[in-house]
Amino acid sequence: MSFINYASREINCKIVYYGPGLCGKTTNLQYVYQKTAADAKGKMISLATETERTLFFDFLPLSLGEIRGFKTRFHLYTVPGQVFYDASRKLILKGVDGVVFVADSQEERYDANIESLDNLRFNLDEQGYDLDKLPFIIQYNKRDLPNVMPLDELRKDLNLKGVPDFEACAATGEGVFETLKAVAKLILIDLKKGS
Amino acid sequence: MASPQLVMYDEEFKQINIVIDKLLREANAKVIFLVDKNGQLISGVGEVERFDTTSLASLTAGNIAATGGLAKLIGEKEFSILFHEGEKDNLHISIVGGRVILVVLFDNRSSLGLVRLRVKKASDELTIIFDGLMKKAEEKEKSGTTDFPFAEITDDDIDNLFS
Ligand SMILES: Nc1nc2c(ncn2[C@@H]2O[C@H](COP(=O)(O)OP(=O)(O)O)[C@@H](O)[C@H]2O)c(=O)[nH]1
Ligand SMILES: [Mg+2]
Repeated sequence: MSFINYASREINCKIVYYGPGLCGKTTNLQYVYQKTAADAKGKMISLATETERTLFFDFLPLSLGEIRGFKTRFHLYTVPGQVFYDASRKLILKGVDGVVFVADSQEERYDANIESLDNLRFNLDEQGYDLDKLPFIIQYNKRDLPNVMPLDELRKDLNLKGVPDFEACAATGEGVFETLKAVAKLILIDLKKGS
Repeated sequence: MASPQLVMYDEEFKQINIVIDKLLREANAKVIFLVDKNGQLISGVGEVERFDTTSLASLTAGNIAATGGLAKLIGEKEFSILFHEGEKDNLHISIVGGRVILVVLFDNRSSLGLVRLRVKKASDELTIIFDGLMKKAEEKEKSGTTDFPFAEITDDDIDNLFS
């Protein structure tokens, strides 16, 4: 749920990166952080375990510039992917304006992708959101690896509604900004419709 | 959408700042923040430059969300007050009007008892302002008289954000 502040002329939106454990959500945020000018970003916060697995969330605030005299801010969050962190995932989805589902393209992660996508739909539903009505983007990550599934197969099983989707290699940054831009754009279009 | 859009107008923003400014003085606090439950900073007074306010807002909201989850697990609705005691500085965090989070940072020039007392009074005042704000936003939406500038957004505007 975006926050529009007419007093300070700001608009704040929340984007959540969702997906199975180790699919590359944190890597997406790290790349965005590295490539964003210092004055356009805040501190990146990672609440992680000692082995760098996301424990609660990663958080990256971006301030992209102005639209029609309003400062436009996006708050990027990732969820912990492991199955047993479901309670935390639900909390992070509160007030979400747009979702990026990061799929792990590797064959052996096929089931994990399907499970995580089901879990996303279920958790959103519990909070009163319908995934089909939210700004939603899919990213097929780790395209650089040898054991990946063909794109059209992933598409057929993960992108049933034909939302905008992108191939990516978050480790090198390929597709990372395309994904972010696409979801930001959908959110702004959504706001425009809402007015 | 699951919950209505949070909006803030000049008039209410000023009223809110008057209340938390007063709280800052009366509670002898160092800094006071108001944060939306989704982690967006609404306003701050006191020594705000010394802190990373965006991070503070996000972590406060995460904290409230996590303890709210704990509360539900043990059959409570929510914990409406959290208190974190540090060596020098302390945080008093409370939920105002069910939706906004009030964060008071204070040191040994104040006390938990004083902060608690003053927060209670300020919370009542803030609740009234936020209730009014909700009504106003709803009415504006119903009558279609929103001064929302996004109706005129073009694709170019959006593309320019990333250039
Ligand atoms: N080969 C390859 N590795 C990646 C890619 N994206 C992320 N990784 C690696 O996958 C691992 C898990 O990434 P992480 O971002 O922590 O996953 P998260 O659990 O979704 O946050 C790390 O070792 C990353 O370096 C990618 O596009 N290609
Ligand atoms: Mg992670």
